[in-house]
Order: sequence, then C-alpha cells, then structure tokens
Amino acid sequence: MPEPDAVVIDKLVKRFGTFVAVDNVSLRVAKGEIFGFLGPNGAGKSTTIRILCGLLGPTSGQATVSGFDVATQPELVKRSIGYMSQKFSLYGDLTVEENLDFFSGIYGVPKERREERKSFALRMANLEERRGELTGQLPGGWKQRLALGCAILHEPPILFLDEPTSGVDPIARRSFWDLIYDLSAGGQTIFVTTHYMDEAEYCHRVALMYKGKVIALDTPRAFKQRLGAKSMEEVFINEIERQEAATA
Amino acid sequence: MWERILVIIRKEFRQTLREKRMRVFLIVPPIMQLMLFGFAVNLDLVNSPIAFMDLDQSVESRELLSHFQGSQQFNVKYMPDSDAAVQKLLDHGDAQAVIKVLPGFAREIHKGHTAHVQVLVDGANSNTASILTGYCSQVIQAYGQRLRTGVAPLSAVAVPRVWFNPDLLSRNFFVPGVIMNIITMMTLMLTAMAIVREREIGTMEQLMVTPIRPIELMLGKTLPFVCIGAVQMTLVTTVALLVFHIPFQGRVLTLVFATLIYLMTTLGSGLFLSTVSQTQQQALMSSFFFFTPAFMLSGFSFPIRNMPEPVQWLTLINPMRYFIEILRGIFLKGLGVAELAPQLSALFVIGCMVLFGSARRFHKRLD
Repeated sequence: MPEPDAVVIDKLVKRFGTFVAVDNVSLRVAKGEIFGFLGPNGAGKSTTIRILCGLLGPTSGQATVSGFDVATQPELVKRSIGYMSQKFSLYGDLTVEENLDFFSGIYGVPKERREERKSFALRMANLEERRGELTGQLPGGWKQRLALGCAILHEPPILFLDEPTSGVDPIARRSFWDLIYDLSAGGQTIFVTTHYMDEAEYCHRVALMYKGKVIALDTPRAFKQRLGAKSMEEVFINEIERQEAATA
Repeated sequence: MWERILVIIRKEFRQTLREKRMRVFLIVPPIMQLMLFGFAVNLDLVNSPIAFMDLDQSVESRELLSHFQGSQQFNVKYMPDSDAAVQKLLDHGDAQAVIKVLPGFAREIHKGHTAHVQVLVDGANSNTASILTGYCSQVIQAYGQRLRTGVAPLSAVAVPRVWFNPDLLSRNFFVPGVIMNIITMMTLMLTAMAIVREREIGTMEQLMVTPIRPIELMLGKTLPFVCIGAVQMTLVTTVALLVFHIPFQGRVLTLVFATLIYLMTTLGSGLFLSTVSQTQQQALMSSFFFFTPAFMLSGFSFPIRNMPEPVQWLTLINPMRYFIEILRGIFLKGLGVAELAPQLSALFVIGCMVLFGSARRFHKRLD
C-alpha cells in the first residue's frame, strides 16, 4: 500500500469579498518532499498556506494535511504541523532559550524530551553560543534559523514555511536551505513558498502560482528541459508570459 | 492544559518585568496618581478667601468680622470699601464670597429688629457656592445666637450626628473611588494591549497554528494581570491609609475577595477590547472610550440617583458602579461579604458574561 500523501488539495477556492485569492487549486505533496510554491507577491501563496494551517477557512473545495481536513479538523492539523511565517514572529524581548522553552511548552513536547529537543534546535540553528541573548538583537538570518528551530521542536511531520528567507542575505539563505535539506532527509515534508528563483532550484517539485491559480507544476529539471531554459527565473518569466498571452 | 497556561504566564511575567521601565511603570504611576488625585479631589472648604465689606463700622460689625476670622473655613483676605472693588474681587475670582454689612446694622440690633447681612457668592461652581453659602449662614447664625443670649431658646433644635464619615471629609468619600480608577485603568489597558501587541508583532499568528486552546491562551494572558492588579491594589490601598488616613473599617479579606471579582470584569473587558482592535492605538482608544463613560456614570462624584432614569438603568451594567459602592462600604462602613452580596453578585454576573462573550469572539482563525 502506497503511503498516503502529506498534503492533498482538491479544487480549493478562497474568496475575500469579490477578490479570488485562491482559484480552484488542486495538488498533492508526497511525504518527505520539499515542495516549492513559487509566484509573485499577491499570487495567493500565503493564503493557500494559511488555509492549510487552519488559519483561514476555505470558501469551497477541500484540503487535508496529514490526513486531517483543514476545515473541519483544524486542531488535529495543528498538532502535526510546524509553521513559520514571512514575518518574524518570535518574542524579541525574550532570550533565544526562553523562546525555545516557551514554544516547547506550548506545543506540549513531553518533559523528558525537552532538553534534547532544545539542544537539537540550538545546534541546528547554530545558536548555542547565543542562547542567552535577546532574540530581538540577533541578525536577520539567525532569527530565521531560530524561528525554524521553534517550529520543529515538536517534530512535526509537515513543515509550512511561508517565505522563510525574505530579507535575509544570500549566505544566510544558503545555510537555511541546508537545514531544510537535513529535515527533509529526516523524513519531514516541507511546503515552502518563495519568490527567490534560485531557491526554487532546491525544491523537489515546484508549483508556479499566478493570480490565484497554479499555472504549472513540475520538477525544476523537467521545467528547464521542457522550456530549454537555463534557470528557474527564465522558466518563471516564460510561464507567466504564456499565461498572460493565453488570457489576453 | 495548566501546563500550557503556566508557560504563557511565565512568558508574560518575563516580558513585563524584564524592562526596568516597565517595572517602574507598574509601581510609580499608580502611587503618583493616588497622591495627586487624593490631594486634588477635595470638596471641603478650608481657608476660602473671602472679602468683608463693613459699611457700618460699628462694634457689632467688627464682632461679626471676628467671627469670620475665627472660622477655619474662611480666610478674610480683603476689606473692600467700594462696590467697584467688590465687583473686581468677584470678577477676578480673588474672593469666593463677599460679606457686606450695610449701614445701620448696629442700630437695627439695638432696636431689637432683625439686622441684615448681604452675602455675595461667586456661583460659577454651583457646588462650592452652596457649600460656601451654608458656611456663611452658619457663622452669621452663630453670631445671632450670641446676641440672643438671655432670650428663650428655640423650641426644637436638630442635632445632626453623622455616621461612617463623622468628619464629613470629602476625601474619605473620594479616595476609594480614586483607587478604583487606578486599578481599572491599569488592568483594562494592560490586558487589551498585551493581546493586541501579539497580533501586531505577528506572534499571535504563530500561536494560532499551535495546538493551544483559546481558553488556555486567554487564561494565560489574563492571570498575570490579576496578580499585577492585586499587587497594585495592595500598594495603592496602603498609601491611601498611610498618607490620607482614610478609615478602614472593613476586613482585608473582604477587600481581596471583592477585588478579585471586580478584576474579572476589567480583564474581561480588556480581552473584549483586544478582540475588536487590530492595533495598539485602537486598543488604547477603545479603552478610553469604554473607561470614561463608565467612570462618569459610576457614582464617583455624581450621585446616580440624580441621573435621568434611562441613564440610571444603564449604570446597572456598569461594573464600576458596584465596585465603588463595595469599596466605600468596606472602607467607611465596615461592611462584609453578606451586606455586599447584591453588589458582589452583580459584579460576578457581569464578569462571567464579559469573559464568556470575549471567549466566544476569541478565535484561532484569521478570518
């Protein structure tokens, strides 16, 4: 029996008034996959992720995460996911360690596992030396790594990362992606949105989202071969131009 | 469940108490406010500047003057000799009242007639004016009584005896209200801001994707302010007793119990405000929007029974109205839980409703 998919989205629609933010999106993400969501700002990537995390209710259509329906079982969904938003969302006035302890408690990590998970997160984020510093004073890239550390304390099978590297320098971004690879190798499914084209190359599969629709979905290699493009950036621009021409 | 609540409480305390500025903010302003308001909210007239205009220049008129000079309520500051001067004193507010003894004052007395003294009062503040008029009449009457010695005394005399606040100090009446003002403002705003701040900096979204239950988040966010409110209450009450010598007839335990019940309503309202505000500014504005009318209609200074009837009904849902009655009851009358049961139950019901209402509005969804 094949393993069930980590994320299944079926004809998902989200409207805000008359604006259609997510327009009939369907896709599946396999376990352990790094799935990239690529698209310009306002394409509906964050809205989709928020629906999958149970933060927003879908207008119509269905989505399951780890086998749980996001509309009817949001609390069960929340137990099996880690989430990191584009906005830095840790407590700047708590130290690195206090933030980790806080989220450990909130996620209900078993007491005997806490120390171990904390040192894992500290090591992963390379923050062992700065554990006593106030989080607000860390440089951007470090903050993002700590945010990722907080999101994986409870070892969630699925991780949603919403533009995790926005505003972070290229080297810090690179080291952040190394972390994502490690997590994926450990069996975690990673659903990540980005608008950095180089980052799309790191994903196993990429969906291009534009004006609420998924206009193309494939592996980065297949994309490039099919279009004869050298980089994902070219692929991206090509696809969007094609889409524009088709709707014009 | 309690585990998660404790985690939040610990976090709130760390965040609140980490900064020195915040620690100072929790202690100094309440005490400063109490000192300022405590000295300011005072309707008692002591040493009111008045003028004495003597157009009779007789032994009797000077005797009346010495009666005024001997009174603690008055300070005879001016002795004008023309109507123009009187006008000027009243216009500038230099004198709050002018006692005018007309020519022939002594002659009337000697003839055994009623002699008249004119009292001109600055009525801009009607309250002060009526109190002042009362004091003036008292002094003049006392003088009249002395003239009448030997004559048969009046047949029936009322001898008033004042209970609960025997010295009739308005401060004893007002300071409990000031205490309520401070506690309400602090707990209401701190709760409203604490939750909206999380929304503003984005941590609320992060919390909403965790398995935390709304009730856990609510309790975790409000319980720290119960502690802070209780500490401030202790602090402010202590200062009120030590500095203003407010009588404390009741029991400390009653006060603690009543305060905890009252905090349910202020924290509940703070929570509610946080569910309708997106930014800290909005939370601040709506706190004031809620606080000011509630305070004005609490009976702190304007008696509720003087309000139009619909407004009186409105005050029935005003938690401050009950708490001020409770505080005055405990401080001045020494009332216990049994006597205060109606007010306490009202507060309890309001508190439960507000908390329940905000819990209903408190979702883990963004839309």
